Amino acid sequence: MAFLIGENMTGGYGKGADILHDCTIGVEKGEIAVVVGPNGAGKSTAMKAVFGMLNIHTGRVMMDGEEITSLSPQARVQKGMGFVPQTSNVFTGMSVEENLEMGAFIRDDDIKGTMEQVFELFPILKEKRKQPAGELSGGQRQQVAVGRALMTQPKVLMLDEPTAGVSPIVMDELFDRIIEIAKTGIAILMVEQNAKQALNIADKGYVLVQGRNRYTDTGEALMADPEVRKAFLGG
Amino acid sequence: MTDILNAIVLLLNFLVIPGIAYGCQLALGALGVTLIYGILRFSNFAHGETMAFGTMFTIIATWFLQSNGISLGPIPTALLALPIGILAAVLLILGTDKLVYKFYRKQKSTPVIYLIASLGVMFFYNGLIRFIIGPDDRIFTDGSRFIITAREFKEMTGLDQGMAFKMTQGITIVVTIICVAALFWFLNKTRTGKSMRAYSDNEDLALLSGINPDRVVMIAWILTATLATIAGTLYGLDKSFKPFTYLQILLPIFAAAIVGGIGNPIGAILGGFVIALSEVSVTFAYKRVIAYLVPESWAPEGLVQLLSTDYKFAVSFTILVIVLLVKPTGLMKGQSI
Amino acid sequence: MTFNLRNISMFAIMAVMFILVGVFNSWSTSLFILNFCLISAVMSLGVNIQWGYAGLLNVGIMGFVALGGVAATLVSIPPVQGAIAAGGSGILFSAFLTAIAIAAIYFAYKKLSGGTRKLTITAISIVSFFVIRYYFDPAVDAIESFDSAGTGNLGGLNMPILFGWLLGGLLAAGAAWLVGKISLGLRSDYLAIATLGISEIIIAVLKNEDWLTRGVKNVNGLPRPFSVPYEVDIQQSAYWIDMAERWGVSVVELSSLVVKFSYAALFAIVLLIILYLSEKALASPWGRMMRAIRDNETAAEAMGKNVTGRHLQVFILGSAVVGIAGAMLTTLDGLFTPTAYQPLRYTFLIWVMVIVGGSGNNWGAVLGGFVVGFFWIQAEPIGLWAMDVITSGMAEDSDLRSHLLKSAAHMRLMMMGVILLLVLRFTPKGLIPEK
Repeated sequence: MAFLIGENMTGGYGKGADILHDCTIGVEKGEIAVVVGPNGAGKSTAMKAVFGMLNIHTGRVMMDGEEITSLSPQARVQKGMGFVPQTSNVFTGMSVEENLEMGAFIRDDDIKGTMEQVFELFPILKEKRKQPAGELSGGQRQQVAVGRALMTQPKVLMLDEPTAGVSPIVMDELFDRIIEIAKTGIAILMVEQNAKQALNIADKGYVLVQGRNRYTDTGEALMADPEVRKAFLGG
Repeated sequence: MTDILNAIVLLLNFLVIPGIAYGCQLALGALGVTLIYGILRFSNFAHGETMAFGTMFTIIATWFLQSNGISLGPIPTALLALPIGILAAVLLILGTDKLVYKFYRKQKSTPVIYLIASLGVMFFYNGLIRFIIGPDDRIFTDGSRFIITAREFKEMTGLDQGMAFKMTQGITIVVTIICVAALFWFLNKTRTGKSMRAYSDNEDLALLSGINPDRVVMIAWILTATLATIAGTLYGLDKSFKPFTYLQILLPIFAAAIVGGIGNPIGAILGGFVIALSEVSVTFAYKRVIAYLVPESWAPEGLVQLLSTDYKFAVSFTILVIVLLVKPTGLMKGQSI
Repeated sequence: MTFNLRNISMFAIMAVMFILVGVFNSWSTSLFILNFCLISAVMSLGVNIQWGYAGLLNVGIMGFVALGGVAATLVSIPPVQGAIAAGGSGILFSAFLTAIAIAAIYFAYKKLSGGTRKLTITAISIVSFFVIRYYFDPAVDAIESFDSAGTGNLGGLNMPILFGWLLGGLLAAGAAWLVGKISLGLRSDYLAIATLGISEIIIAVLKNEDWLTRGVKNVNGLPRPFSVPYEVDIQQSAYWIDMAERWGVSVVELSSLVVKFSYAALFAIVLLIILYLSEKALASPWGRMMRAIRDNETAAEAMGKNVTGRHLQVFILGSAVVGIAGAMLTTLDGLFTPTAYQPLRYTFLIWVMVIVGGSGNNWGAVLGGFVVGFFWIQAEPIGLWAMDVITSGMAEDSDLRSHLLKSAAHMRLMMMGVILLLVLRFTPKGLIPEK
């Protein structure tokens, strides 16, 4: 079984209609798993279900062999999950350094080492450590957001469309960093609009359609699959 | 030359110093309003009554100390009694939160519901205060009245105009500086303080980061009650304690918080001084100042007062209106609409 | 309102309460409370239009009530010819200058932009302030020094006081337009704070502009509406003397009852008219749209509804109703006392009525006005009696006892606060919920 897996999840927001139907997504340590699919396919919803932000009435979420289906998002953070929301993912009025500090709020030990690691990963942040995060460019903000999530030293990092609204160059740069993070042994689960680029770096890919798994394979295999290419990757 | 100095001293004595002292009191009050706005996102109409409640217990403790012969010498005994007042206000406000506001937090109610609840709380406090201490004026100032009296100043400088520096004004300024410095140290340097700023900045992300909302709210209330009691006591020392005035001071306090940029602590302080100084300078009678500056024959007959003091609320309201029309987010960037 | 057993019986219970007070206390008291409740119900209806229909928070009800009061006063009292001769022209000229200044500012606002605009508007404001004061101050002095013990003001229009009710509504509507224009469309708290501000200022003006309202010297002896007789006339009329004998009451008592009853009838007519119109409005497409906006502002805006414009409409309408009620209140009192306007009594009490009655439901607002108004008046004797019982074990000269007895009046405020909080929490829909 995978390190983190949401199995056969069915559910939706509040008392509304089900958005997910028997959907399964998972990721191994040190791997990158990418969830792609057309608009409204429930990609973000699937990830939020794994993170406990909506109720699933069937299926379960397992991490490291332990069932965490009933835990709150906060409790999942304690267990080692890091989550980067798509929007409003930094404290705009606080400095970069304070953002990282707040990311590590649940830790009681020394966080200096972790902060240095984040700065090594994103050198620009070290330069701008005293600047309010709200004054940074879009790409830099995403770096702060990812850095903030890394501060808890998570075992899993979940990213909700990290490249939404940034330029292609910044996107490539960000993907490079994500690969680096994965190499340190962290499992990465990511929802992406830019399906092609994302599948390029993915160890595992999930194509969702209307809340159901349509194709599940390695990133490479999905890229090679003519049907997937035709239907979801624009030829 | 001496005429110009006399005019300046006159202005300092009757306009600048009282204006600064009043500005300090408004700033402390506005800080409480802005803190609650930043964390709980509603305008707390019970804030004036919270000030009155804390002050009331400070007064009662002052009376107790006075009757036991304990005093601080030249400094008002009320400062010694302040912790009792703060404690009482903190207990009251935490009790209120538990019984009233907590429920609406769990419900995720809209700000307007909190606002109406705060009206009910205000009603209740109002009655409670009058029930305990009555609606009348209470003077609880003791110690020496002046740091520098007008006569001493005249002897020192040889000017016609004396500049009196009242003890209560000096105390107001010193205490405000200490409070503001402590508050900003707390918000910017401590982990708990930063977590409050983070919560105010982005509630959802703060929750994701493992910040405990109940704790943040509790600390916000404690800080608010503390600031309110201090502001109310300083105001009461400087003027006098009358429960009714604390209902009236709500408007300049709200104006200060909004003018500065609601939710922004630095803005609250700035707004406090803007409102206080404009209020004092618009209602000040400039007759004697002008008399010093122009030849005798030009001296004005009237008081040269822009507005009668009865309209001081109109000043804060007008500034509020101008800011709402021109820059709704306030002078410092507050939380936007 | 759905005419089910529950709703009808609540009104019936209310009626029984009035009868009980009449039988066991006195009919005079009963009618006194009834008049108070009728006016409160109109105010409550006005606030319900703002809060219940549109979710707008008016924390300055007192100011609109006072505007109604001053309108009734100025319409009905006779003009003071001497004062008008002394300063009338000066006041008129200042008013004319004010109009010019406002027009100039408006023109500058429309035609200029950026830094020049700010500078011009500031300059116009400052210059016109001093120019107007130059003509205004001497006129005020002249008016106020004319027979200052007797009048000291310009007097009024000497017209039937019922016109004052209309003018009261219009004045309140104008003030509401001003406040709404500034603060609607911004965060909901701002309207609350702005209304709080405007009401404080209105009261300050009424207290201090002696040339207009005699300020704290009050205006006495307002004429009554045509339908309300004077006690003296009744006491001298053979018909009523005969009636009094037949019913076995003194003619003095009867005359007071007849006067109070005449007022009650008049107020009831106004209440019913406003209630009818409110119900019609609420059921109309306009009312449905208002509620749609209240329930989901974003969606309504997305559908192309002008939310701020609608809010302004409803805010003005509600304030006008409150203004009419304020005029009614001053008419009933027969005198205008600016110092009597207290926010707790005229703003927060009305809020309790609306919330208790059922926000969004006109019948609920009316019932709330009655229930809360009734208990507001009855709470004083009840509180005093309760305190008397509680403290009866204490020594006659005990300090605590005298303090408690003296403070009993303040229990009312606490009680109202508690009632508001309890209703808001446990039955937020009130006595008669919205459909």
